[in-house]
Parts: sequence; C-alpha cells; structure tokens
Amino acid sequence: MTTPLNRLKQYKSWGRYPTVEHKAIHQIHWRSDLPDVNKFEETVLPYGYGRSYGDSCLNEGGILLDTSYMQQFIAFDAEQGLVRCEAGVSLEQVLEVIVPCGWFLPVTPGTKFVSIGGAIANDVHGKNHHRAGTFGCHVTQFELVRSDGTYICSPTENAELFRATIGGLGLTGIITWAEFKLKRIPSPLIDQEKIRFANLDEFFAISAEMDQRFEYLMSWSDCLSGGDSMGRGIFMAGNFYDPPLGAEPSAKKLKPFVPFDLPSIALNTLSVKAFNAVLYRIPLGKRVRSIVHYEPFYYPLDAINNWYRLYGKRGFLQYQLVVPLEGDNEPIREVYRRIAQSGEGSFLVVLKAFGDIASPGMLSFPMPGVTLALDFAFNGEKTLKLLDELDTIVREARGRVYPAKDARMSPENFRAYYPQWEAFAHYIDPKFSSSFWRRVTESANGQ
Amino acid sequence: MLKIMIIGATSVIAQETARFFATEGAEFFLVGIPADKLVVIKDDLVARGAKRAEVYEADLTDFDKHPQIIESAVQAMGSIDAVLIAHGTLGNQKAAEASVEVALKEINLNLLSNISLLTLLGNYFEKQRRGCIAVISSVAGDRGRGSNYVYGTAKAGTTTFMQGLRNRLAKSGVAVVTIKPGLVDTPMTADIKKNFLFSDPATVGKAIYLGMKKGKDTVYAPWFWRYIMAIIIHIPEFIFKKMSL
Ligand SMILES: Cc1cc2nc3c(=O)[nH]c(=O)nc-3n(C[C@H](O)[C@H](O)[C@H](O)COP(=O)(O)OP(=O)(O)OC[C@H]3O[C@@H](n4cnc5c(N)ncnc54)[C@H](O)[C@@H]3O)c2cc1C
Repeated sequence: MTTPLNRLKQYKSWGRYPTVEHKAIHQIHWRSDLPDVNKFEETVLPYGYGRSYGDSCLNEGGILLDTSYMQQFIAFDAEQGLVRCEAGVSLEQVLEVIVPCGWFLPVTPGTKFVSIGGAIANDVHGKNHHRAGTFGCHVTQFELVRSDGTYICSPTENAELFRATIGGLGLTGIITWAEFKLKRIPSPLIDQEKIRFANLDEFFAISAEMDQRFEYLMSWSDCLSGGDSMGRGIFMAGNFYDPPLGAEPSAKKLKPFVPFDLPSIALNTLSVKAFNAVLYRIPLGKRVRSIVHYEPFYYPLDAINNWYRLYGKRGFLQYQLVVPLEGDNEPIREVYRRIAQSGEGSFLVVLKAFGDIASPGMLSFPMPGVTLALDFAFNGEKTLKLLDELDTIVREARGRVYPAKDARMSPENFRAYYPQWEAFAHYIDPKFSSSFWRRVTESANGQ
Repeated sequence: MLKIMIIGATSVIAQETARFFATEGAEFFLVGIPADKLVVIKDDLVARGAKRAEVYEADLTDFDKHPQIIESAVQAMGSIDAVLIAHGTLGNQKAAEASVEVALKEINLNLLSNISLLTLLGNYFEKQRRGCIAVISSVAGDRGRGSNYVYGTAKAGTTTFMQGLRNRLAKSGVAVVTIKPGLVDTPMTADIKKNFLFSDPATVGKAIYLGMKKGKDTVYAPWFWRYIMAIIIHIPEFIFKKMSL
C-alpha cells in the first residue's frame, strides 16, 4: 500500500551523477514531528523519492530531510475529485486509491514513483501539457513549514509563497501536505493511436493536428539519422477510453500489460536495429489504433526497477530543453545536427509540443514551445562539452533547460533561462539550500 | 465487511496492514497513543476506503483498563471480527542488562500486556466461535541472542502463549495468527544501520494481511525469515554461544 522505497537508500539522484556526501539524513515519519531546522548548523533540503536526475535533490555537506515516509492520506472526496495527502505519498498510491473511483491524476510525469512534494517542487509536466498545464495548475493548497513558521498556501492565501514553492526546487520550506484536483475518467484504459513520421517536418504537421484531437501526446524520435529523415520517429497519442454501454471492461480484469520493447528502446542501450524494427512495424502515414491499460501508456519505464543501473557506475545525464515554436524550428534542427555530429549519441529522444497554459509556479520549466528530452551516458568532458553546446542553442532561441534533470548547466545559462530567479530567491528559506542552487547561483552571489 | 480492532495502531507495520483491509471497506477500532496520531491514521484509512474508523486512546500498560477497551470496541462496532495486536518497543538491551527495573518494564509492555489482552480476547472469541486474533511477535523470540534477549524473551513468551491459545481455540473455529517480522525499516529501527535483510513495512503489512485473511498459524514476514530462522535455530548451542549476534 505504500510505494516500496529504495530501502538501502543511498540518497543519490536518479542519474547517479553527481554523487555527494551528506552530513546527515533525517527521516520524517509524522507531519506533526518535524525537526526544528533552526537547530541544525548546516542547511537542509527535502528529499522525496530521488527521481530527479541531477543535483536538485542533493545538498552536499548539508542535511536531507527524507519526506518519503510521510504517506498518510488526509481526505479523498470521491464526489468532487479532490485529494489531500501528505507530501511523501507517491503518485502510485494516489492512483491505487482514485482509479477504482473513476478518477485520475490531473498531470503525471513518466514515472509513478514520485512524491506529491517532488511533483510540486519540480512542477512536473506530462503528456497532456497542451491541455492541462503542469501539476502545479491543479494544486489547490498546501502546508509549508519554514524555519520561521508554518504557512497554508493557496492561490489566495500566502499567494506569493504558493507561487514560489510550485517549481521551487524544495528551497522555500517543507511541504507537509497538499491538496489537488483530479480528473474524471470513464475507464482506466487508453484509446491509443500510433503514427510513424518520416522527419521533423512531418512531426510538426502531425503534432498540430493531433493537439486538437488528443489529450495525451508524445513521440519517440531518432536523433542520429540525418538529411531527409532527420527526426523520424513514432507519435503516440491517446485519450481515456469510454467503453460502449454494457461493454465496460473492469479495471481488475484487464491486468496492466507491460511491454518490454519500449523501455529498452528508451534506454538507448539497444541497437538501431531494434528501434527500426518497431519503427517499421508501423507503415508510414498509417494510424495504428489500440486500447491499452494506462500503465504501459504512461509508465513504460516503471516496469524495470532501477533502470539507471544499465548505465553503469559512471551514471548518466539527462537533458531536457524547451524552445519556442517558431518559423521552421531551426534551433530544434540544430540540436539534432549537433547530437548526430558529436557521436555521443542519445539515439532516441522524447519529443513533444508544450501548450500555453501558464503555471502559477515562478520558476517552472514548461513554456509554450517544443520540448526534447535526451539521456547520455556520462563520458566525462566530451559529454559535458556537447551539452554546453546545446545550452548555447537553447539560450539563443530564448528557451530553457529543466533543473530537475540537470547536473551541469552554467550559472550564466541558468540566469538567462530563468531571469525571474532573483525574484524567486527572495522566497528561499535561509535554512534551505541545495547542490543545484549553490552551483547555478555561485558566481552570481559573488558579483 | 470486516470489523477490525487494532491495538497499537500507530505502529507502522499495523498501519500498512490496515491499509490493505481499508481498500476492502473494513471498519476499524484503533487503540493506542497518542490520540492525535490515531486521528491521522483514521483519516488515512477512511480516505483509502475504510467504511469507518473510531479512535480510542489508551496506555496499554494500564492492565485494569483492558476490559474496557474491548467492551468499547464491541459497543462501537457491534462485534469484532479480527484483532491485530501490534504495540511494543524494541527497548535498549544494554540498559535492561544494567537495571532490573528497565528489564521488567520491557517484559511488562511486550509480554504481560499481551497476556492480559489475549486472555480477555481469547474468551471473547471463544464465545463468538469465529474470528481471528493476530499478534506481532518477532523472529527475535525464536532464539535468545546477546544483543536483544530481553526483547526476545518477551516475544518468545508471546509466541508460546499464542501457540497454547491456538490449540485451545481451534475447537471454536478461531484463527490465532503469530506474526514474526524480521528486520523492518520503521521508526523502531531508525537507529540501526540498514542492510539487505531489511524489509519495507508495506511488504510486511501485505504478508500480515494475507496471513490474517487465510487464518495462518505462523507468518514469517517476509517469508524468507522462516528459512533464516530455521538455520539459526539449528546451530548447536556450543557454537552459537560464541557467536556475536
Ligand atoms: C523515468 C522518469 C521519468 C520522468 N518523467 C518526467 C516527466 O515526464 N515530466 C517531468 O516533469 N518530470 C519527469 N521526471 C522527473 C521527476 O518527475 C521529478 O524529478 C520529480 O520531482 C521527482 O520527485 P521525487 O519525489 O523523486 O523528488 P526528489 O527527486 O527527491 O526531489 C525533487 C525536488 O523536490 C523537492 N522536494 C521533495 N519533497 C519535498 C517536500 N515534501 N517539500 C518540499 N520540497 C520537496 C526536493 O528538495 C527536490 O528539489 C521523470 C523522472 C524519471 C526517473
């Protein structure tokens, strides 16, 4: 009933890069028994399930407050679709409770092993960004415990702290509980459509059309093929399936089917051959429709526990960017070209168009445009240099890079991506800090 | 739907077990301390599907109050289908070695309170002629070890008492379930360095839930502890006494 944690917890981030030492870890079991952070000499940082990739959930030399043990629900209104629960409750547990009652998460990232606190602190997005915005858009209120007191935050109460904490990277205080709105679903099944696209032009054309018809959208795209087939891939779209009367498949009977081909592809560890095999199973231009359980549709990677291990000891880097949709989308093409040239080969990328629903979060990552997520095995300088080059492209295109997946962006680039960072910094609790935050504000403080 | 009394309801393992019953719409009578935490657990269980939950604050070392606890549960729910006894402390072995008072205090909470409750509950269930009595004992009761034998003694006593009670109540169709968790990652073990033998409370909770539903006699949680303990029990004493365990 609770999400199994990594019980030999190492308090690392999901990419295993970087790894840092902490002074101490404090597990919080009851929301009424929070430690008084003022008695610590070092700074503190909340830590959920460590599903962030880089160093935003780490606090080198400081203290981590492990909030993942706080797993109590407080209330579930099955009529109105409203959940209030502690910050350590995972999305998996929320789904266990709400799906049988005909509700779903308003927004979900690509793994259900994240905490509600983490979902708020990174203001996570999912396949329905163009329809629903970020997770933070659906949060009605939460409790924030800071070194100077406890605050109930909502769009109308302590509204500035509310906005700073959504996407606030855990720096504004500890979220002890949160309340959020759910989405009604007719069944736990997804009516899915897959389309193969030959290149980026086709992707943009299909994307514009599918945006109108589907709630959930994303694509896998191959970033190694060049020329006319640059960016070729598979578009996956879906809506919750409304079964015809009398034919309602019960959620219990239809066991989630977990495909093993998708995750391995996602890991870039399979050969080009394997990708092509899937790619060419679907003829160009043809739409392949199927009804699937929501599990494989949203969470293909969750079927493989601890998949980061496939990258070995050196770990890996994730990189997610967004750039505005403009003209012939030259920046995106340039990103593809750079990656192909580098030979560093993130061979498959996740490609998606974000919509224009604004999040209340001050420092949120999503903005209208196209987003790309890539992962790279960590090969030292070579990898870092490539990512710096991508940063330059993104920066010139007035885009952004996602802090939840970052371990290396420069302070200059961070400040260019998030010019609002100084306004945000005003709301940081002085007892809170993270490795990420010190890194991206380092030289800025010295100026 | 099942009507379940949980004694020591703030125990993490008890909570995890209760969550499984909650999804089936069970009714709960939650006994323990402190009241505000019991309310937190009540809200959690109701949100997860429990039909109803009542809380009852009680210091379980106050044996005189035990009859009242059970009467209140029967009054609140009409009857009791199952009871899970989960309270206890790991105690401090070193302190118990140094002080008779500390040692006896451990025995009082971890053994005598169980005997008191089980005597009353045994009679209740014997008359009802159905139901399930489950108690969280421990693998620590399977063999005395230098590092925690006071706790182990309390658990061994509980296990033996349960064995006898099971024998007596079998005729009445009442299941008596002895649960022996191994090492579990809970606040009770917060100060012990974790290794691969540690289990998640949810895994243990699930094993207890299934054991109670099936009316098993002894549940090792997780299952592999049955084999670990089978080995430990069979180490000859002349070797065992020299081992540091
Ligand atoms: C396979 C996979 C797929 C993913 N897909 C997506 C995706 O599609 N979209 C997306 O947006 N992200 C995605 N992510 C990233 C992930 O959703 C976020 O990093 C998420 O925030 C992780 O939550 P966590 O509970 O593990 O938090 P952690 O990683 O432990 O912490 C994240 C941040 O939240 C803060 N925090 C945690 N708990 C609290 C609290 N109680 N109070 C205050 N601050 C807190 C931490 O300080 C830290 O800054 C994915 C990650 C993986 C591994």
